[in-house]
Amino acid sequence: MFALEFPPINALLRWQDFFPTFNKIALIAVLSALIVIIFYALANRANPMLAPTGVRNVAESSVEFIEDGIIMQTMGESGLKWTPYLLSLFLFIFLCNIPGVIPVLQMPATARIAIPLGLSLFVWVTYIGVGLKHQGAGYFGHLLWPPGVPTALKPLVGLIEFVSTILVTPFSLTVRLFANLLAGHILLVTFGLLTEALLFARTSQLFLVPMSVLPFIMLVFLTAFEVLVAVLQAYIFTILAAVYIQNSMASHDEH
Amino acid sequence: MEAFSILVQQASGFTADEQKSIEAASTAGFAYGLAAIGPALGIGYLVGKSVEAMARQPEAAGMVRTTMFLGIAFTEALALIGFVVFILLKFA
Repeated sequence: MFALEFPPINALLRWQDFFPTFNKIALIAVLSALIVIIFYALANRANPMLAPTGVRNVAESSVEFIEDGIIMQTMGESGLKWTPYLLSLFLFIFLCNIPGVIPVLQMPATARIAIPLGLSLFVWVTYIGVGLKHQGAGYFGHLLWPPGVPTALKPLVGLIEFVSTILVTPFSLTVRLFANLLAGHILLVTFGLLTEALLFARTSQLFLVPMSVLPFIMLVFLTAFEVLVAVLQAYIFTILAAVYIQNSMASHDEH
Repeated sequence: MEAFSILVQQASGFTADEQKSIEAASTAGFAYGLAAIGPALGIGYLVGKSVEAMARQPEAAGMVRTTMFLGIAFTEALALIGFVVFILLKFA
């Protein structure tokens, strides 16, 4: 009938380099960082004595969202000093995710593993650093020899705890963000290609051409779904970072 | 195993590379399908229980929702690793 030509994965994910080592993925990442900086610089210029309007209103509600929706739910009152860190994580990930559905850009920067990996290593360094700061070298001791566990089980639980904190956590953080966005991107590409192939099919069976409406409806639906995924994955990454930081602060107080 | 794949190769008339990509493509679907079963059950159970809890105690809905998202994130990771394996098999 007709052949659906699915492009090789490199064609989906590798974009033209503007000049060596700087492609569109890097452009999106740089743009998202710049947008956040400029946005908050603008919001900072407004008079704090007046009722917030415009840019400052949005900025204040985003700070409130991080404080009420993420920090108070996971870290409690003492975690409020982490607001800038978590806010910048959330906004950067969100702005890297959302180009997946923006026409012209059409590529989430987090669908290449470099950015999720970099971010989760950043979080990894942070929570290990926090653990070392709050508990000293005893942090690794607590990991390997967890208090409050029966002695017979301590080697086993300690090993599991150590491996899951040091190795599995950054890996799962990376893969969760990366694979969600990659899957979404490939889904959109698949339905886009299907629509195109049906619409321009050179076939004698003309009834196939109007069928292209069906994958198009699915494409619209999936685009809306991808917006949801972009917000949700940024939220989940941020909330997990908060939980990990809280864990390395808290285990000191238990005994 | 070696002898078996040589036999299959001679019987089917594909070269080793073609045979490899055919096998990879036909197992990729199974890999993802199998990886999706467990997390699907897990997420269904998790969200169902969370809705139950929210219906019983609407004032605790915020806390339940946060914990639910955390649980979903951990459960979903398995399916996503399965998806990465699918991509590796299909395209690599």
